[in-house]
Amino acid sequence: MKARVIVTLKSGVLDPQGKAIEGALSTLGLAGLTSVRQGKVFDIEIEAADRQAAADQIKAACEKLLANLIVEDYVVEFV
Amino acid sequence: MRAAIVLFPGSNRDADAARALRQVSGVEPTFVWHDESELPTAVDLVVLPGGFSYGDYLRCGAIAARARIMSAVTAHAARGGLVLGVCNGFQILCEAGLLPGVLMRNADMRFICRMQHLRVETTQSSFTRAYRPGQVLKFAIAQGEAITRRTGRRLPG
Repeated sequence: MKARVIVTLKSGVLDPQGKAIEGALSTLGLAGLTSVRQGKVFDIEIEAADRQAAADQIKAACEKLLANLIVEDYVVEFV
Repeated sequence: MRAAIVLFPGSNRDADAARALRQVSGVEPTFVWHDESELPTAVDLVVLPGGFSYGDYLRCGAIAARARIMSAVTAHAARGGLVLGVCNGFQILCEAGLLPGVLMRNADMRFICRMQHLRVETTQSSFTRAYRPGQVLKFAIAQGEAITRRTGRRLPG
């Protein structure tokens, strides 16, 4: 089974990297961009008895390592 | 005072830590590899040195915080043992939950490299009891991240 995890900063958490990227895009002449925030994508292949078992494992991976729950949210989708 | 210095792949200020500990305590510190399950016996102080553990992959200190040795370090702290994290070592302690908060990139996107004055607020600590209350100290700092807490209030790093 294949899953994609997307980790993003919680709304309201300052994102200096996103701001730096926004500035660079503006320097390239791309107008109209009012916000850029950077996140992370993890593509995971997992063997499990069923979808629920796989989902439980991936959730544990997110909560234990992939996301810092103080400042990050995560979303899991099976592809 | 017996000290153990934990090494992760990418730690690079371990020699500095060893030299400082040798000078201050007169006792040779022990190096401990991240994959060990136990600390040496009768260790007083565990030091997590500076560097770029795991290349700062995922988040600074995130992978090191989950290394096998860290449950022994946590147990040592729970027993009242001393733990000092310097730079990346401090990031590791925050990721491990041994210190509260999380480190985020400096808001103004600058890497701060300068001398910083700090005032000793309390001498009721093993780390500060040799100072006078209110004493002002000067440290060299070199950091790209500051600590922030859930409230979002940032303390300058």
